[in-house]
Amino acid sequence: MTNATNPEPAPAAPILWVNNIEVIYDRVILVLKGVSFSVPAGGITALLGANGAGKTTTLKAISNLLRGERGEVTKGNILFEGREVQSSSPNELVRRGCIQVMEGRHCFGHLTVEDNLVTGAFTRRDGKAAIRADLEMVYDYFPRLKVRRQGQAGYTSGGEQQMVAIGRALMSRPKMILLDEPSMGLAPQLVEEIFEIVRKLNEEQGVSFLLAEQNTNIALRYAKYGYILESGRIVLDGEAHALRENEDVKEFYLGIGGEGRRSFKNVKHYKRRKRWLS
Amino acid sequence: MDLAYQILVKPFSDMVSAPDFLMQVLWDGLVSGVLYALIALGFVLIFKSSRIFNFAQGIMVVFAALTLVGFYQAGVPAWLAVLLTLAVMFVLAVAIERVVLRPLVNQPDIILFMATIGITYFLVGFGEFVFGGENKVMITEQLHIPTGTFEFKPFGGFVSISQTDLTAVIGAGILVTVLLVFLSRTKIGRAIRALGDDHQAALSVGISLSMIWVIVWFIAGIIALATGIVWGARAGVSFALEVIAYKALPVLMLGGLESVLGAIVGGLAIGIFEKLFEIYWGQPLLGGNTETWFAFVFALIVLLFRPQGMFGEKIIERV
Repeated sequence: MTNATNPEPAPAAPILWVNNIEVIYDRVILVLKGVSFSVPAGGITALLGANGAGKTTTLKAISNLLRGERGEVTKGNILFEGREVQSSSPNELVRRGCIQVMEGRHCFGHLTVEDNLVTGAFTRRDGKAAIRADLEMVYDYFPRLKVRRQGQAGYTSGGEQQMVAIGRALMSRPKMILLDEPSMGLAPQLVEEIFEIVRKLNEEQGVSFLLAEQNTNIALRYAKYGYILESGRIVLDGEAHALRENEDVKEFYLGIGGEGRRSFKNVKHYKRRKRWLS
Repeated sequence: MDLAYQILVKPFSDMVSAPDFLMQVLWDGLVSGVLYALIALGFVLIFKSSRIFNFAQGIMVVFAALTLVGFYQAGVPAWLAVLLTLAVMFVLAVAIERVVLRPLVNQPDIILFMATIGITYFLVGFGEFVFGGENKVMITEQLHIPTGTFEFKPFGGFVSISQTDLTAVIGAGILVTVLLVFLSRTKIGRAIRALGDDHQAALSVGISLSMIWVIVWFIAGIIALATGIVWGARAGVSFALEVIAYKALPVLMLGGLESVLGAIVGGLAIGIFEKLFEIYWGQPLLGGNTETWFAFVFALIVLLFRPQGMFGEKIIERV
């Protein structure tokens, strides 16, 4: 098990380097207590953990959206392609190639699907033809969206909204997409479909992904590397296949404990006994 | 029985027996309606893009009109005065974004609303300081707005339409059309609508809030100037003009705070209905002067049945 506060350099050069960040909300609520990890360029990296572990906060810290929620990075730094993100506004970051797909999809409900997608190209300045071409590219990846292009996004299904959100991010020509909880509230089949597309985008378009997921099982099947976040700290990290074999991960996150079902009380006890870090 | 006759029958028989007079009333109502719609549009744009109920919309009308007249009186040609006034409204938009909106980002709505009351008082004081408090005359002729009247004789009767009013209606129509096209077809327009739907998501796809806010407040400034010119031409330019902004409140209740279409239709409806009510019901039955309250009562009644307003955006909710 590697020491979480000092991540090993990933095989490829990291596109994103999060270095020991601490995030405080409203000046009093300490949410991230020194989180460090890196995302290799061209890879899919998973950030796993339960509700309230700090996944979303980490992602928002990276795309500099915390200020809108009165959160603040008080320690540490984040480097995207070797440059600080804290000094860039969210729109500059999008222009630099780092875009977030927020949890819960967040489509523009009253805009048509196509308008939603085109809005994703807001920061681009390479002309209408290029944007049109990319629109077709997005429709190739998400044929369902092409069918519904003139419909109001608010009336599309949950899976389609997730596709709109990812497609919209794609329209900004990103180098990296921060994908927050893409499986939330979707049928297993759809989740699989969405992750398949993520894999294709990663392979064909070379987009790096940072996935925040609760659904550890599927995330570790698609990611190459994973970090597990618990109460604002990285407690475990490793290659995805290694994590899947890890007894603790099986026990807490995959729900396939060796000794059958046990009561919640025992689980907590077990957890207390076997703290991973400290 | 007589009262019922007065309410239910007589007004309509009057309308039928004097169709030329009815046309005159409808026209007058339409003209005020267009103005209400314009002001309401200013409110709607700002509310849509920043969730701020802009209390200062009314004083912006006065301020724009005063600036225009002020420049002209300082010896600037009329067309240049219009351009300079637009420039002033732009500077005002930038200043409001920098000084008021940006520091208050993510504060509760009510605080931003209070801030716009602050802007109102600032503009009142600043306007009086620079331009003085006395009434001014709008430079209608210098702006080449025709002032004659057209007269028609339909149905053997007589209808007169002031050319100033006609210009106002046409001008407002063009302004609104341009605005609608801007909102639906351009990149910035799409961003404004996106912002109205989901702030967070708009931020996350790289829409710059400050840029959009400046643009939206500037558009509100342009609308204020247009309204100021038209009302100024009818009633002179004074701080009392501010009050007409409150006429937009029932329009907003009726149309819904977020609907551009609602502002337009609501404005026209209120303008026309209040005139009709005044002439055919108010004056004979209630001693007149019903225009001051009719719109509010009308809006309240509509709200009883449709709380989101007549054209309020349907709240799309999915789980």
